[in-house]
Amino acid sequence: MGSEDVKVLCFWASPFSIRVEWALKLKGVDYEYIEQDVFNKSTLLLELNPIHKKVPVLVHASKPILESFVILEYIDETWKQHPLLPQDPYQRAHDRFWANFAENKLLYASFIAMVATGDDTEKALNVARDSVEKIEQEIKGKKFFGGDNIGYLDIALGWISYWIPVYEEVGSMQILDPLRFPAINAWMTNFLNHPVIKDRLPPRDDMVAYFHTRKKIVSPTYHDLMKYL
Amino acid sequence: MEDLKPHGFWYSPFTMRVVWTLKLKGLSYENIEEDRFNKSPQLLEYNPVHKKTPVLVHGGKPICESMIIVQYIDELWPQNSLVPHDSYERAQARFWVAYSEQMVPALPALIQSNSAEEKEKAVQKAWENFKVLEDHCLADKRKFFGGDKINIVDIAIGSFFVFFVTIEDLKQVKILVAEKFPLLHLWFDNFKNAPVIKENFPDREKMLATMKPFLERRLASS
Repeated sequence: MGSEDVKVLCFWASPFSIRVEWALKLKGVDYEYIEQDVFNKSTLLLELNPIHKKVPVLVHASKPILESFVILEYIDETWKQHPLLPQDPYQRAHDRFWANFAENKLLYASFIAMVATGDDTEKALNVARDSVEKIEQEIKGKKFFGGDNIGYLDIALGWISYWIPVYEEVGSMQILDPLRFPAINAWMTNFLNHPVIKDRLPPRDDMVAYFHTRKKIVSPTYHDLMKYL
Repeated sequence: MEDLKPHGFWYSPFTMRVVWTLKLKGLSYENIEEDRFNKSPQLLEYNPVHKKTPVLVHGGKPICESMIIVQYIDELWPQNSLVPHDSYERAQARFWVAYSEQMVPALPALIQSNSAEEKEKAVQKAWENFKVLEDHCLADKRKFFGGDKINIVDIAIGSFFVFFVTIEDLKQVKILVAEKFPLLHLWFDNFKNAPVIKENFPDREKMLATMKPFLERRLASS
């Protein structure tokens, strides 16, 4: 593969921008990593993503692509090696459904559980655990969601394996009980041990410190997030 | 003969997306009308995770989530393609479909608004999204979001605008104001008059009659 003009605007602790990096690395595509300070957004970010002003942004041959799931599909269609999405339309629909499900149900609920207090924490934890229960059924008997190899859904859900344990530590709570969810825990180990993924994870201590700070900042106004449950 | 059974509520924007797509592809199907307040056991079996419509059952296998269903149909029946051929343009279309999700809260907010103040607030919120579409998506005065032909963005957003114009009647409030959003207004005109969409556009009187009890029901329970 010749060198392509590929840049990715990322934030080191973002579960969204890391997906893009995982996909590019699995496909062996070289890219320029451009760190963004999401609390002090650069002119570049605001220019490339004026509507949402968020990472990740993939810039390919000077053209910006936004929204992590849209970027994943673009990457898969542009670089054909190590295919991520299944060929079969029914399986593709299945993967897209579960990617959305984890995003809308588990991601918000687990973050909210970390920053909320009292009954609201319990409420968020219940939503989170119910979501994990459903995902557990999808991974039972499989090494990866993609089968023998990492696929789209592994990348879309990969954040679970690394971000949720950090949320658990920061929030002094448990979501991914290994006794209740053995299949998902086994998948997490497989995922995190994959040579490409292992090589591209943000430092855990930094993550814990960062999310402790986030919790302090977000907790006073966490009620605004409850509507996402 | 394909074994296609969409389950939905005819008046729901999400179901409309599926029906329009099937019609645009010239596919025959058996419509399964669900009762929102009394969902069939089959529906609950086909969509155990969300228990929602629409669900497309194809050869006995369920596909859930309206825009996932639309893309599924488009991938299996590529005639009259609903996504751009170019991968960058396709990514743009998918971005706008994802963006349309931001408009979803406007639907219940408008339905549930009663006082002048609540209506004003709900309309203002919807207008934030309209402005983005007007300024970013239609700036080149294209006929449809898909250019010369309808694409997944037209389907996603068109379904919400059917709802918005119904609410205008129900709530006596102007939402798609031509002076404020000339390009969007023109686009919706083009969309409603497009072949296939025009023949499958929900009847205005029927929409009003069906949606009215929802308002009353909402008021009764508040």
